[in-house]
Amino acid sequence: MIPYVIKADKLTKQFGDFVATNQISFEVSKGEIFGFLGANGAGKTTAMRMLCGLLTPTSGAATVAGFDVYKQTEQIKRNIGYMSQKFSLYEDLTVLENIRFYGGIYGLPARELKAESESLLEKLGLQEQSKKLVGSLPLGWKQKLSFSVAILHRPQVVFLDEPTGGVDPVVRRQFWDLIYDAAENGITIFVTTHYMDEAEYCNRVSIMVDGCIEALDTPGGLKTQFKAATMDEVFYQLARGAKRQAD
Amino acid sequence: MRTILFLLQKEFRQIFRNRSILPIIFVMPLMQLIVLPLAADYEVKNINLAVVDHDHSPYSAQLCAKISGSGYFRLVNYGSDFKTAFELIETDKADLVLEIPAGFERTVVRENEDKVFIAVNAINGVKAGLGGSYLNRILNDFNQDIRLKWMQLPRYNPMPVVEVTSSVWFNPHMNYNFFMVPGILAILVTMMGSYMTALNIVKEKEIGTIEQLNVTPIRKHHFVLGKLIPFWVLGMFVFSVGLFIIARLIYGIVPLGGIALLYGFLAVYLLAILGLGLLISTYCDTQQQAMSVTFFFMMIFMLMSGLFTSIDSMPIWAKGIAYLSPVTYFIEVVRMIVLKGSTFTDLKIHFAAIASFAVVLNTWAILNYKKRS
Amino acid sequence: MKQFIIFIRKEFKHVFRDRKTLLMLFGLPIVQIVLFGFALTNEINNSKMVVLDYARDKGSQELIAKLESSRYFEIEKNLLSDKQLEAAFREGKIKTAVIFPPNFYHDLMHTNKTQLQVIADGTDPNTATTLVNYIQTITAQYQQQVMGQTKLPYRIVPELRMLYNPELKGAYNYVPGVMALVLMLVCVMMTSISIVREKELGTMEILLVSPFKPLLVILSKAVPYLIVSLVNLAVILLLSVFALGLPVNGSVVLLVSVSTLYIITALSMGLLISTTTASQQTAMLLSLMGMLLPTMLFAGFMFPIENMPLPLQVISNIVPAKWYYIIVKRVMIKGLGFASVWKEVTILFVMTMLLLGISLKKFKIRLA
Repeated sequence: MIPYVIKADKLTKQFGDFVATNQISFEVSKGEIFGFLGANGAGKTTAMRMLCGLLTPTSGAATVAGFDVYKQTEQIKRNIGYMSQKFSLYEDLTVLENIRFYGGIYGLPARELKAESESLLEKLGLQEQSKKLVGSLPLGWKQKLSFSVAILHRPQVVFLDEPTGGVDPVVRRQFWDLIYDAAENGITIFVTTHYMDEAEYCNRVSIMVDGCIEALDTPGGLKTQFKAATMDEVFYQLARGAKRQAD
Repeated sequence: MRTILFLLQKEFRQIFRNRSILPIIFVMPLMQLIVLPLAADYEVKNINLAVVDHDHSPYSAQLCAKISGSGYFRLVNYGSDFKTAFELIETDKADLVLEIPAGFERTVVRENEDKVFIAVNAINGVKAGLGGSYLNRILNDFNQDIRLKWMQLPRYNPMPVVEVTSSVWFNPHMNYNFFMVPGILAILVTMMGSYMTALNIVKEKEIGTIEQLNVTPIRKHHFVLGKLIPFWVLGMFVFSVGLFIIARLIYGIVPLGGIALLYGFLAVYLLAILGLGLLISTYCDTQQQAMSVTFFFMMIFMLMSGLFTSIDSMPIWAKGIAYLSPVTYFIEVVRMIVLKGSTFTDLKIHFAAIASFAVVLNTWAILNYKKRS
Repeated sequence: MKQFIIFIRKEFKHVFRDRKTLLMLFGLPIVQIVLFGFALTNEINNSKMVVLDYARDKGSQELIAKLESSRYFEIEKNLLSDKQLEAAFREGKIKTAVIFPPNFYHDLMHTNKTQLQVIADGTDPNTATTLVNYIQTITAQYQQQVMGQTKLPYRIVPELRMLYNPELKGAYNYVPGVMALVLMLVCVMMTSISIVREKELGTMEILLVSPFKPLLVILSKAVPYLIVSLVNLAVILLLSVFALGLPVNGSVVLLVSVSTLYIITALSMGLLISTTTASQQTAMLLSLMGMLLPTMLFAGFMFPIENMPLPLQVISNIVPAKWYYIIVKRVMIKGLGFASVWKEVTILFVMTMLLLGISLKKFKIRLA
């Protein structure tokens, strides 16, 4: 019985003299949509990369899906999905080829892979485009596809690093529908974003300032705590005090 | 194991889908293999000669005829003005000037000795040296002719003669292509292998897909193998086309030694050279960097490899550098197997060296390839 | 104009921030000059030879000593069997074998005639020919020596003068070649990549929508490489004068101006490649595979162009390096003036104009 899917305890990463994330602690439970907010340069991406096993922490402890971020990164990788800021599908492969490739990498059996990719194409309404090169798709489609590929292997957690940058509100809405869908199926969502309306969609939100978590609660709770009408205001009150400049 | 198959499928798809790279991978090396050996002919022939004849005697005419008849020289100018001849040297129209002094015939006959002047454009030292010595030899012969005419030599030859008989092994027709084609083939396979590997990985770094791969459970060695195998196969393929189609059909070169041995060595060599590309890619972040660094090493490797100049003639320190380059071994081995039919026993050291290169470079690259920082 | 300088400054930062690329930009010319100057030679020294001396008499020993004292050969005396001899050749341990018959000296003295058998490894025909030549020359000298100093009548004495390069140094041939090669490669590859890179990363669009003329954007990319190349030129010339002892006999001003023209030719070629390719990889491979070997071969400093088949001789005319190499040899080594190179300069100039014209046209079409 694992109470929390992600558990961070005083997790710290230092690059030389620069403390990118400073003793952050939090827990995320199964099926939760956890919003991870912060100004540019606050240390979100660093924290996320540590949890994904891409960076070794300097100190502190953390487990993801019950595995230790120091020693069990390979097991962690088997149990998470990841979608980075940079678009990370291969533009010179077709939609279907990308799906098959990533599914195959995660070791999905052939039959399951075939069924999964078909249902995925159907869900996204991409059957027609399945033989098109990913590079030729509009950005919104690419992002929805990336997300679907990231959860293809049914990970316990999926990490989304600013997944909806540069797309219109309609597509963002559709994207969040996919996220809710995944959360209902028991996948824990860990998402960073700059859009405060998206923060409202989260179950709980943490806000990082200068490498520390300054606030952590439900969106409603935060608004009450900071006596603000919107998440925008909450964020502004906290981020205003930041000393670090955006990068 | 399945992971590797998926990686391989992806790599091959990407390679074959890229319409601009594909011709460069396949067509360019082979085109070069066809054209370059024709161009890389270092034999010294067609030496352009200008004669300045101040004498205009039967002797000077005979000498000129003898020189043009030798086959080494091409008489580009025959005149009696040194200035004109020298201008021909300045404009690279002539390589040598032979000046026959006035009264040459008379002086030789009456005073037993006369000089002729030879001026050589020596910028290309080798050509100059050989041209000079050919001309010397012809003059000697001519001299002998004159002597025979004027001295009533006894019937038997009183002069002791060492008769040098020379035979040439392995390439009796002295075909220069036999020497160059295997070498150029080796260089092309090398360049293709190292560049493609280095650039391919750095490209994934640059566009960010490598990060996506890093969060997947792909093992380091799977990833590395997934990158190495496609280029290994391509390298084998290009080499085979070069060897069996171009070298054999166009140049008529049939390997004397064992094909299996040659491919055995090629297999290990490709591992080494792909490992080099891999290693470079782990140190570089942009394709421009990867290209620069690869080019830097390839240039040194190529110049020092004995492709164009002999390694034996290098100073010790340079020999040291030459044998620190896998390319040197490969060129030597390809030439040895193809032209001399060398066997495994002859190539033990080469095999050992290239295997160590493969192991060291790949291990270093894998250790240096970080899935996490 | 101010904007232009800002752009150029940006490009310089790109160039100098990248240490690994600098290795290529500045390290390569230096390494090449050193290698060509000190390591690579077309001469043959210390070639390994095995001597099978079945005579072991005064004559064979004298001749062996003579061979040994030349710098061409490194001699090992060993009576190998036929099989062993072949193995030694196959392993690449020896390049030549000289076989003295029994009674070498006796035959020479008493029948006035003896034989010396030479076997050469013909894998590399040039080396083989040259080595056999050396052996013949040394043998002839020995013969002369045996014959004694009797002065022959009716002698023709050739007086040989080596023009420009009396010591027959390889550097005289290579330095102009390295100049042609390095300048061409650095300029073509670097400009084409740096332009295509901006295309690939999407920053080109940003530059093109700026109120700045597209032409100037491209120009500003070329300027740093022009300057880098001029620095390289200076380094090569300084190295060749001070390290290799190769003088600049002609006018330095003429040499530098012609080199600048050549650099511009190369930059235009890089520009042309960049306008016709979409990815860095293609640009790179194109400039590399398409430029490196052809430039090396057709410039004429490694292989004589007059030996090539006619179609290739014709093709060599479109390689700018060939013309530049001729110019450098005439100006730098022969010390000739503009009058002797105006034809070659004109050809380079016309080539540059053509390349620039085509690439600018293509560039504009792409924008339209």
